Amino acid sequence: MIAESYSLFKKDFHSELRTRYAINSLAMFIIVAISVILFSIGNETISSSLTGGLFWVVIFFTAMSGLARAFVSEEERGTTLTLQLIASPSTVFSGKLIFNMILVFSMNFIIAIIYSALFENFIVQNFSLFLVTFVLGNIGLAVASTIIAAIIAKAGAKGTLYPVLSFPILLPLILTCVQLTLFSFDGTSFEESKFELAIVVGYDVIMLTASYMLFDFIWKD
Amino acid sequence: MSSYSIQSQNLSKLFGRRLIFKEINFIWSEKGIFGISGPNGSGKSTLVKIVAGLIAASSGKIIHKNSEEEIIPEKLHNHIGFVSPYLVLYEEFSAWENLKIFSKIRGVPFEAERILFYLKKFLLDTRKDDLVKTYSSGMKQRMKFIFALMHSPEVLIFDEPTSNLDEEGKKAVYEIVREEGKSKIVVIASNETRDLELCSEVLLLEKFK
Repeated sequence: MIAESYSLFKKDFHSELRTRYAINSLAMFIIVAISVILFSIGNETISSSLTGGLFWVVIFFTAMSGLARAFVSEEERGTTLTLQLIASPSTVFSGKLIFNMILVFSMNFIIAIIYSALFENFIVQNFSLFLVTFVLGNIGLAVASTIIAAIIAKAGAKGTLYPVLSFPILLPLILTCVQLTLFSFDGTSFEESKFELAIVVGYDVIMLTASYMLFDFIWKD
Repeated sequence: MSSYSIQSQNLSKLFGRRLIFKEINFIWSEKGIFGISGPNGSGKSTLVKIVAGLIAASSGKIIHKNSEEEIIPEKLHNHIGFVSPYLVLYEEFSAWENLKIFSKIRGVPFEAERILFYLKKFLLDTRKDDLVKTYSSGMKQRMKFIFALMHSPEVLIFDEPTSNLDEEGKKAVYEIVREEGKSKIVVIASNETRDLELCSEVLLLEKFK
């Protein structure tokens, strides 16, 4: 199944390079969102807690603008049936998840670089905690976004439904990741952050397990 | 010879409160050409989608068996070749790229010679490197037959197989249907008299309302 999922990821990757369904919208959203924040701040210096919060706000809305494409593009082009005929549901979910995972990691890496360059108070004191939060947060974001994308792909009002459905599902993850990011800014140790880390790990595991169990039902009408 | 069989047990389908068909029972085994006919909206496409495992029945079930062993839904896709007008290939890739991608995702070897044979058979060999979006609707329909045949499935399901095809295309399809029907289960859902003439038995869906 791993080889087949990887082939599906490669298909999506090459398709993305040719059609630019997700990359363009993600890149534009990152530029617009960060520009708006910078314009609204002006010459003022914002606190590190606000910087950490805004960092995850940009990540959340950027994910909303691009990650749904994994399934929505198949549905819009009418290729869902083709995919059903060539791959098992678990292969499809794994392939799409790998694609979204790579997209999330690269886009959030760019956001982190831009933030560290442009925001004075984006100073990480406990880098390993920030890295773990970043990795776990991105995994949760990719898994949740992929399964939500699969659900909304079949609906009529895809554009509005995606953020509406994502908000309550992603809220616990985003809130915990904001808290952990602030801990990393404060230099809080791993020992003191273990409760929040356990929440994010639990979220990722539950979301991944539930997604694989649910996807078969979502995938077939 | 194939020892494949498809059995329908009290198959019914409703969309909301609307009954499409009910209590369909049949057994298609080993080989042969089987037809499904009925007026528009009678559920031909719905039935073939259920047989192919693409959608679920409201009640009853379809059992696919290979050498008396039941095939699990997770593995069913590699046993089925499917053609229909509503099937869409990836238009941003060429025909050759599409077929290569399908082989890899299916996890079956890409048999270049066999695929070239089918490309020639369906008169697409000279356009194999062109993007599918540049194809006419007839060419896309012919491509779908190669998509259905390339992995040598035990069951071929053709929903309105000759739609969009010219006489030459139809001739190629009928040849393939006759040839494949000698060793495999071929299912044709159509209202075309010429398509149904190939079938040894035809399921009339208006009888299952």
